[in-house]
Amino acid sequence: MVEPSITLEVFRYRPEIEQEPTFQTYTAPYREDWVVLDALNYLKDEVDGSLSYRWSCRMGVCGSCGMMVNGEPKLTCAAFLKDYYPAPIRVEPLANFPVERDLVINMDDFMHKLKDVQPWIIRDQEKPVSEGEYLQSPAELATYKQFSMCINCMLCYAACPVYGLDPSFIGPAAIALAQRYNLDSRDQGQDARREVISQHEGVWQCTFVSECSVVCPKDVDPAGAIQQAKVSGAIDWFKSVLMPRGSQ
Amino acid sequence: MREPYRRPMSSTTWWLSKRIYVLFMLRELTSVLIAAFLVVYLIQLAQLGQGAEAYTAFVERLASPGWIIFHLLVLIAALYHSITWFNLTPQVIVLRWGEEQVPPVFIAGSHYVAWLAVSVAIVWIVVGN
Amino acid sequence: MPKSGEAFWWSLFSAGGMVAALLLPIHVLLSGIAAPLGCVSAEAFGRQMQALVSHPLTKIYLFVLFSLTFFHCVHRIRHTLYDTGLREYQTPIAVICYGMALIGTVATVFVLLAI
Repeated sequence: MVEPSITLEVFRYRPEIEQEPTFQTYTAPYREDWVVLDALNYLKDEVDGSLSYRWSCRMGVCGSCGMMVNGEPKLTCAAFLKDYYPAPIRVEPLANFPVERDLVINMDDFMHKLKDVQPWIIRDQEKPVSEGEYLQSPAELATYKQFSMCINCMLCYAACPVYGLDPSFIGPAAIALAQRYNLDSRDQGQDARREVISQHEGVWQCTFVSECSVVCPKDVDPAGAIQQAKVSGAIDWFKSVLMPRGSQ
Repeated sequence: MREPYRRPMSSTTWWLSKRIYVLFMLRELTSVLIAAFLVVYLIQLAQLGQGAEAYTAFVERLASPGWIIFHLLVLIAALYHSITWFNLTPQVIVLRWGEEQVPPVFIAGSHYVAWLAVSVAIVWIVVGN
Repeated sequence: MPKSGEAFWWSLFSAGGMVAALLLPIHVLLSGIAAPLGCVSAEAFGRQMQALVSHPLTKIYLFVLFSLTFFHCVHRIRHTLYDTGLREYQTPIAVICYGMALIGTVATVFVLLAI
């Protein structure tokens, strides 16, 4: 019996030998329980060791293996071959990012944006350890928990046409994470983050296409986070106009 | 050797690449038909300045097939706007009832109920009495 | 003071979007389809509209409906133009779009005051 196989059309870009990317067609064994990442690992181990891509945990936690699978941003560790078989699968690096090599994108821009929104708990004054921990009720946790599930996989940026058209846009995941800390009862950093979030390149660029939330493998709903940040941004704006001194 | 490759993205036709982008673009373009309707509706209302007869005459002119098709397209656009708008409300409005979050279905649902109520009220005010 | 005036325009956009979503379809149906096709008597409709629009409350209602919906529409048109290749002309597009909405709003005031 012939072992079933599946065709992968893989985006190749090798800056030392070519100016433009090309597609290379590979054949990998087809297994019901294999994901696209398994097929890529097979190809790298058995067929072509020069193929470059990122991966780590292969279980949807690390957020490293995001790629375009047949044009859709996916974690390749969660994209099963059986959902595409017997048709060929086209694998490309995440859209909207510059490509370093093959399936590896350059994520510097996202890293800077992530840092800009200061996604950590900011306190006006840290209380000494002797006074104990900052307490939080389950209801307070529930207000931001969904947004804390983000694994920085950048699928939402690959899905966002606004980011594709204008890379100055802060983008879905960074704003969702800003919102995650803004909503945290232990945090006092709203003012520090407002500079970045409420500027032109922040929430206001978003046109609520919503595709970011559709592709999110962790159901974070960054589109919702951005709209909620717009509502608070608008309230802040009217407060500052109506009560220029009072609200500060 | 590093020479990052930037894939081109068409700034004019990107939205044709995916169904969800096309639906998004249709949603945004409802605004063009709605704005056009407002202009026609404003001209219609302006006839009231010359009395009810002038208004009636203008309304009767809108019975031509061209205008009916225009208003049918506007109606489709307006309904598409309403439905997409209400369906997105749960992502924008997050309410809490005590410790619990109000279910998203309830947020969208209350908008649909309000839509029905004001529509019936307007029909009743304009036609019913 | 926040750096971006976008908050203001977005507020008008979303208020207008809500108003349009709730109120517009029935207005289109009544004034653009039902009355012209004679589903309601055009004459009675005309008299009723005049009686209604003469009332200050109706004028306020129509002013809110028209002005907010105008600003809603131009905000969307503005962003659609940005998203379809005109990103370099952000300032002139914004001025033209919101200018049109302002003209529409002023025209609405004149029309309503003349009734």
